[in-house]
Amino acid sequence: MLKTFPKGGLHVPDNKLSEKEAIQSINLPKTVQIPIAQHIGAPAKIIVERNDKVRTGQVIAKSSGFISANIHSPVTGTVTKIDTFLDSSGYKNPMVSIRVEEDNWIEEVDLSTEVNSEITVSKEEILQRIQNAGIVGLGGATFPSHIKLMVPEHAKAPEILLINGVECEPYLTADHRLMLEKPDEIIIGVQILMKALGVSRAAIGIENNKKDAIKILSERIKNIKGIEIVPLKVKYPQGGEKQLIKAIIKKEVPAGKLPLEVGAVVYNVGTTFAVYEAVQKNKPLIERVVTVTGKSLVKPSNFWVRIGTPIEHLLQAVGGVPENTGKIINGGPMMGKALKDYTVPVTKGTSGILLIPKEKSNRRPMQPCVRCAKCVDVCPMGLEPFLLMALSDNKLVERSKDDNILSCIECGSCSYICPSSRPLLDYIRLGKADVNKFLKSQKDGK
Amino acid sequence: MTDAILYTVGSLSGLGLVSAFVLFVVASKFKVYENPKIGQVEEMLPNSNCGGCGLPGCRPFAEALVEREDISDLFCPVGGNDVMKSISTFLGKDVAEKDPMVAVLRCNGTCEARPKVNTYDGAKSCKISAMTFAGDTGCDFGCDGHGDCVAVCDFDALYMDPVTHLPVVITDNCTACNACVLECPKNLFELRPKKKKDLKIYVACMNEDKAGIARKACSHACIACNKCVDVCPKDAITIENNVAYIHADLCTLCRKCAPVCPTNAIIETGFPPKKEKTEVAPAKVSTIEELKLN
Repeated sequence: MLKTFPKGGLHVPDNKLSEKEAIQSINLPKTVQIPIAQHIGAPAKIIVERNDKVRTGQVIAKSSGFISANIHSPVTGTVTKIDTFLDSSGYKNPMVSIRVEEDNWIEEVDLSTEVNSEITVSKEEILQRIQNAGIVGLGGATFPSHIKLMVPEHAKAPEILLINGVECEPYLTADHRLMLEKPDEIIIGVQILMKALGVSRAAIGIENNKKDAIKILSERIKNIKGIEIVPLKVKYPQGGEKQLIKAIIKKEVPAGKLPLEVGAVVYNVGTTFAVYEAVQKNKPLIERVVTVTGKSLVKPSNFWVRIGTPIEHLLQAVGGVPENTGKIINGGPMMGKALKDYTVPVTKGTSGILLIPKEKSNRRPMQPCVRCAKCVDVCPMGLEPFLLMALSDNKLVERSKDDNILSCIECGSCSYICPSSRPLLDYIRLGKADVNKFLKSQKDGK
Repeated sequence: MTDAILYTVGSLSGLGLVSAFVLFVVASKFKVYENPKIGQVEEMLPNSNCGGCGLPGCRPFAEALVEREDISDLFCPVGGNDVMKSISTFLGKDVAEKDPMVAVLRCNGTCEARPKVNTYDGAKSCKISAMTFAGDTGCDFGCDGHGDCVAVCDFDALYMDPVTHLPVVITDNCTACNACVLECPKNLFELRPKKKKDLKIYVACMNEDKAGIARKACSHACIACNKCVDVCPKDAITIENNVAYIHADLCTLCRKCAPVCPTNAIIETGFPPKKEKTEVAPAKVSTIEELKLN
């Protein structure tokens, strides 16, 4: 019996069209636009000026504040503009635009492709390197990675490191391909993180539809103590942080608390690979794997993409946008967001680009709620989405807070399952924003 | 027989007396004194419970009026000066006098002026749409047109124009309760003095983009060309973040600015049609280059 989380969840057709496609490099675009807010927390502070020459890997924006991350130039070239551009949020935000000239890395970076398996650096040095490399959670939440390693003094000591290789989001194959192609690096990354956290146990959770990845990683960990591979049942949203913890160590993270409360720290496999590169090769986070997929594409592919590359460039690489495309989604079909424009850049949180044909892209009209409670059944957090939607619509902020609206992980299962096509998640997001605003005003008031 | 009747009457009367005594003690012990003026003041108020005064409803407002010593910062926008004056004479306290205000929509991005660049098919709510993206037109600052303001208006003072997809304020119904101002996620509503006969001149644009981008997105966008600033004799117009703003307290309604606006972003209401220059110049300018030459 495979492990999984007990509450809710649903089975979505996984449509992993690009799982057999090796990760390809993509040629550099003519210009890159690098948003300075690619992570949760304070936006980085730009330290370059117009007409400055920058080299690949050079810091162009410094972390400003406790929760923040450095941003590096992904190319060598000239800064042409520092202005606001449209990004995947649908709004214009400050970005640094760089004209690409060549790809000349800064000297400190070890560009060799050999696997460096010896972990020589100290705990503090690991933390420092991860922070300098601007690593954030590549699973999508983009939370700065070094903060998870800084365990507060009074907090519980971490017991287990969990690596999230679930990739439950349909269509996306970026993490899957990475596990197949860079298994050694990922295992070393896990060991680095174990050392930094001071834990002796680690578990890599992989959904059972990636049997080849489970096999490859299991072979690699044969002689390593403390790491285990946990095959997980294929169920959405198995890759949610709290769902993964519940599935593997059978503990529930209390509402509003961090995973550390139950002694777990969770990293995505992509992040683990980035940690390996940062610590062993001194390489900052300037590229990531992006899946470009969709049923209408001739060849859905996985690419190594530099941060800041326009999505247009990726679409050209897969042979252009097919005519009947209705929506282009940044991310997967469940949690992703339709893009307003193709010119927006790839950021640290972009895991895939999905093209949906016109006939499937439109929402069905909203019908009245029939009280079937399917949304309650599928909610992996045990919430009542239909109720939260009503509360949010009626601006009952305090009640929605009491009904734990903030525990919602925005997985979209409720909106997916609703037979009346009600925009449950949209209203819950609105309610969450209102509750956060209310809590902030209360805090400020005191 | 008579014993039973006497016994019943006696015991019930005794029970009644004891209860009356208990109730009397409790009532006098836990008596809450309430100023009778509160009820009377509440009667004078419009009782629409709109929250326009900043307090949760008319009763709390009446309490505040009666209990606070200085009530010069309290004002009922719905009742206006008449109601406040009668309350002032009733309570013997000074109240503030304010010009009647009315809400205006600072966006004139009609469907013609502001073509759609993509389609939004999510929940029909401006707030949700604004959380998702900047809007389905090229303008990031304009009206989304899902009618959150219409839904929030307690006085039937707003309706959606089916042609332009913009909300329209019915000036006679608007009580300046501020609900739409707070509701609009794009912050497009503003309260402006109503003045006599509803004479108003205001800039109906909030687009903070640079001229070229703004003009491309909407033909009624303010392009911060400074023409209105130059022509204004009272220095009542300032430009901030690429948008002109007419300060109502300085504006004398001389109507010099509206005709010079190359994009028709300045709106006049309530004026009789001008005799000589009746036509407000339509947006002749087609490109930004031409604009700069002018």
